[in-house]
Order: sequence, then C-alpha cells, then structure tokens
Amino acid sequence: MENGILARRRRELITGAVVLAALAVLPLPIADVYTRNLIIITLLFAGLAQAWNILGGYCGQISLGHALYFGAGAYVATLLFVNAGFPPLIGMFVGGAVGGLLALLVGWPCFRLSGHYYAIATVVVGEIGYLLFLNWDYVGGATGVYVPFKGDSWLALQFKTQKLPYHYVTLAFAAAAWFAAWLIEGSRWGFAWRAVRDDVVAARSLGVRVFASKMAAAAISGFFTGLGGAIFAQYVGYIDPESVLGGQFSILIALPAVLGGVGTLWGPVVGAAVLMPVSELSRSYLGGSGRGFDLMLYGALIVVVALARPQGLVSLLGRRRERARAA
Amino acid sequence: MLLEVRGLSKSFGGVAANVDISFVVEQGEILGLIGPNGAGKTSLFNSISGEVTPDAGEILLDGRRISGLGPVACAEAGIARTFQVVRSFDSMTVLENVMVGAFARHRTSRAAMAAAGDVLEFCGLAPRAGRPAWSLSPPEKRRLEVARALATQPRLLLLDEMLTGLTPTEAQSGVQLIRDVRARGVTVIMVEHVMEVVLPLVGRAVVLNLGRVLTIGRPEEIVKNPEVIRAYLGDRYVAH
Ligand SMILES: Nc1ncnc2c1ncn2[C@@H]1O[C@H](COP(=O)(O)OP(=O)(O)O)[C@@H](O)[C@H]1O
Ligand SMILES: [Mg+2]
Repeated sequence: MENGILARRRRELITGAVVLAALAVLPLPIADVYTRNLIIITLLFAGLAQAWNILGGYCGQISLGHALYFGAGAYVATLLFVNAGFPPLIGMFVGGAVGGLLALLVGWPCFRLSGHYYAIATVVVGEIGYLLFLNWDYVGGATGVYVPFKGDSWLALQFKTQKLPYHYVTLAFAAAAWFAAWLIEGSRWGFAWRAVRDDVVAARSLGVRVFASKMAAAAISGFFTGLGGAIFAQYVGYIDPESVLGGQFSILIALPAVLGGVGTLWGPVVGAAVLMPVSELSRSYLGGSGRGFDLMLYGALIVVVALARPQGLVSLLGRRRERARAA
Repeated sequence: MLLEVRGLSKSFGGVAANVDISFVVEQGEILGLIGPNGAGKTSLFNSISGEVTPDAGEILLDGRRISGLGPVACAEAGIARTFQVVRSFDSMTVLENVMVGAFARHRTSRAAMAAAGDVLEFCGLAPRAGRPAWSLSPPEKRRLEVARALATQPRLLLLDEMLTGLTPTEAQSGVQLIRDVRARGVTVIMVEHVMEVVLPLVGRAVVLNLGRVLTIGRPEEIVKNPEVIRAYLGDRYVAH
C-alpha cells in the first residue's frame, strides 16, 4: 500500500529519464530545419505548460495572465544583454526570478479572491502589463527590441545557423520544469496544493496554509515561465509586446496543459506534443489566415477534450484502467 | 478541563446561529452536542475549529484563547474536525487524503506516509488505501474524514453527524470507532441528532435549541427533561 506511491513515483522518474534520453537523440537523424524548429517550439511549450500546470493544475489557481511572467522574463534577460552586455545564459535566471516575483505580486491581492475571480483578475493584470510595455519607450514600446547577433556562443545563447544547441536548451528547460513538478508531487507542498485545489475548507481544517501554498505555487510557476520567456527571446532574436505579452499568449501557455490533463506530470508534455505540430500544420496548410483559424481550432480541441475526457489526453493512457479497477 | 466555551455568540446576517453559549469539555470525555436541525451545532463547530470567528465570547483550549486565530492555528493547537457534508480530496487516493492530515505533524513524505498508514489501519480503511477517495462508499467516506482528522494528532476531535444516514450495522461500527478514538486519549465532541445513537455513547450532552443552550447533563437526565422532550423530540413524545 505505502509502496504503491513510492513505486509509482519511481516508475514515473524512470519513464522521465527514458523520454529525456529519447528526446536527446531525436534531432540527430533529422536534418530538416523546419522539423527541428517545430520540436524546439514543442519542447519550449512543454516546459511553459508545465510551469502553468504547477499553479493551475496542482494548486488549482487558473491563470490567464501568464504572458506577463513570460514577457517579463523575455524583456529582462534581453535588456540586460542589450544594454549591459549581461550574458543571457545567466540573465535568463534573472528573468525567471522577475517572473516569480511578479507572480507573487499578482498573487498578493488576487489570491484573496476565490475561484473564477482569480482567473478574471489575471486576464486584467496581463492586459495591463501588455499596455504598459506597449507605451514604455525605454523598453522599445511597440517597436520592441532586437537582439544583436554577437557570434556563436553558449554564454550568449546565440547560434547563427545551428538549431541543435537550442534543442538542448529547450529540452533542459522542459526537463527541469517536469522534474520540479515531479519533486512537488511527492512533497509536503504538493500535497498541500492539491488539497487546496480539491477543497479549501477541508485543507485548512487540517492545518494547510492556503494563502502561502498559492503564493509558493505562483512563485515557482512564474519563475519557470519567465525562464521560458528569456529562452524564447534569445531563440527568435526579437521581442515586442505583441509577441511575448499578448493575451493570446496566456492562452497558448495554458492550452497544452488543459488539453493534456491538468494536475498531471505528463499532461503538459502530451498536450504540447499534440498541439504544437497541429498548430504548425494548420498554419502552413491554411496559409496566411492561420492565426484566427488557430484559435478556433484550439477552442474546438478544448471543447472536444473537455466533453470526452475532463482529465485530458493523458487519461486515455492509463487512468481509465485505474477507474475501471476502482469502480 | 480541555476546552472552555464562554458566552459565545455568532450570527449570520440577522440569523442568530449561536447565542451566549457556555460549557466546558473535560479531558478524555465524549461529549454529545445535540439539538434539532438548525439549532446551531455546525456553527458552533465552525467557531471551535477556527473556520469562523465568533461575534462575542471566547474559546479556550487548555486555558489558551484560540477563538479568532483561524483554522490553521486551531489545527496546530490540536483541534480536528469532520464535516457534516463530507469533503474528501477527490483527486487523491485514500492514503494521500490522510497524508494531508499527517503533514500537519510530519515534514517528510516518508514519515507522513507511515503515520497515515497507521491511522488507516486503526480506522479499518487500510484495504482501501490505494483507491481514489471518490470511489469510496458513503460510510467509508465518513471513516476517511475521521482518519484524516486523526492524522493531525488532535487532542480534541469534533465529529459532525458522522453516524447520520448509516444503516444500524454501519452506525454500530462507527460507534466502535469513536470508542477506540477515545481509548487513544482523544477527547471527542460529537454532533448527532439521532438521540438513541448518541446517548449510550456519551458521558454528558449539551442540548442546543434555536442557537441557545437548553440544558447540559447526563443522558438519563436529558431524556427526562421536559423542555428537551418538547423542543427536541417534539410534541409527539409529550402527547404520549
Ligand atoms: N455561513 C452561514 N451563513 C448564513 N447562515 C448560516 C451560516 N451557517 C449557519 N447559518 C444559519 O445558522 C443556523 C444554524 O445552522 P447550523 O449551525 O448549521 O445548525 P445545525 O448544525 O444545528 O443543523 C441556521 O439557521 C443556518 O441557516
Ligand atoms: Mg449541522
């Protein structure tokens, strides 16, 4: 009985290691730049969705404003590099820290709100962040910031033609977020967060500090989201408020987790693996008008998944067996 | 004396749920808290467990004031409760539900898991440990509430209608569980409105009606009290 949990956790860690190894060799036989880029974007979103999942899935605080932490991480690391020559390899952790701090700042007033009010508040806060950067000349305003190319370098995270280094950067990012979620699942915090999500009143009657739990989840979630933003900025070499702070980006971060299964280790990974290729394909097959169609497609996907399997795609992989056994 | 309630009042927007309630709970006893629906029993539990702050009066645990400190401080001080309408953590297994309680006293998962396993054994839920909480039967869910509360190692356990709605056999095993809990040294206050179930189990009972204490006494005194018969058992009994 007690070994059930430990055995499951060990199994998940082994699965994680196997998947990590497989993803490490995956790009080697792939010469096609387009495909390599698709895998990189998928890995980035697997990490971002996992970051979102830490707060939205495990702790049950649905954020629709994560673009704020993503954009903050992107801007902080980029401006440190452009204005102060600070290496992005280190700067991205500063960006992550700023993302975490912002999540705490948003959480301080908003976690006192219950349920859907938190989600609505995060939409508003995200929009404020977008408008702020749009009208802030020091950070480039609507024009955004170009990252000047200074030669291939790991410290600067710049590689002129190769895609492979970024495959490993985003893989490390996704793996770190996954591992953080794995650690949380087995820890005192993870239990507290899930208790808060399932039933706040019962949780606090058992001594769970509800507000502190939400804040801790927000800080970790914001940190990884900011980290992802910094990596994204260096990868694409250009950021503006539209591309890193827009409201649709908050949806994009949440979608893979919602699709794959919130509050699960593999949900964000599976969700990103399905969603990113689909969205890329739809964009190239349907040409320029892809954007609007994308969002419609996402909406339809979420509705289908929510109706068929409220637990997301990962539930197709094993939960059904568990349920059948339990019933 | 473990717990003392002094002049406690609480209203909700004009509804006086509790009015000037005073009583004491002795270490090691099982105290009944009875009264018809709407008498204010659950509200009183909410105040004692810190879920709500009383408007007036105070609650002392071991002479230390705990009213108004909130549920977390009350849990740490040694008060645990179950809920009239069960509140299980449905995305978790039975063992994980109880571990949430155990983490109140243990830092590491290993220690919390071991402690939770012991409590499940004690409550007779060990065979269900790996099941999702939502899949339990209603009487098992009630047991899970008790197990989760016990895992916080309380000194005082508040049971809110734990036996209501159970079949006589299920209720009997519930009664045995409450006796076992007391034998472990945990003081119990149990809310129940089925008198036949409570009275054999408790040393004393507090009777509430319309938010006020009607009487406090031993079961044999309470069943003879005409006010209790009228207010609680109803005119049916008076007419006999
Ligand atoms: N949170 C609340 N908000 C409004 N009214 C409440 C609240 N809690 C209890 N009450 C009211 O207080 C009275 C006592 O309720 P309760 O304590 O649940 O009684 P009991 O548990 O004895 O059946 C009822 O009239 C109920 O409607
Ligand atoms: Mg009640």
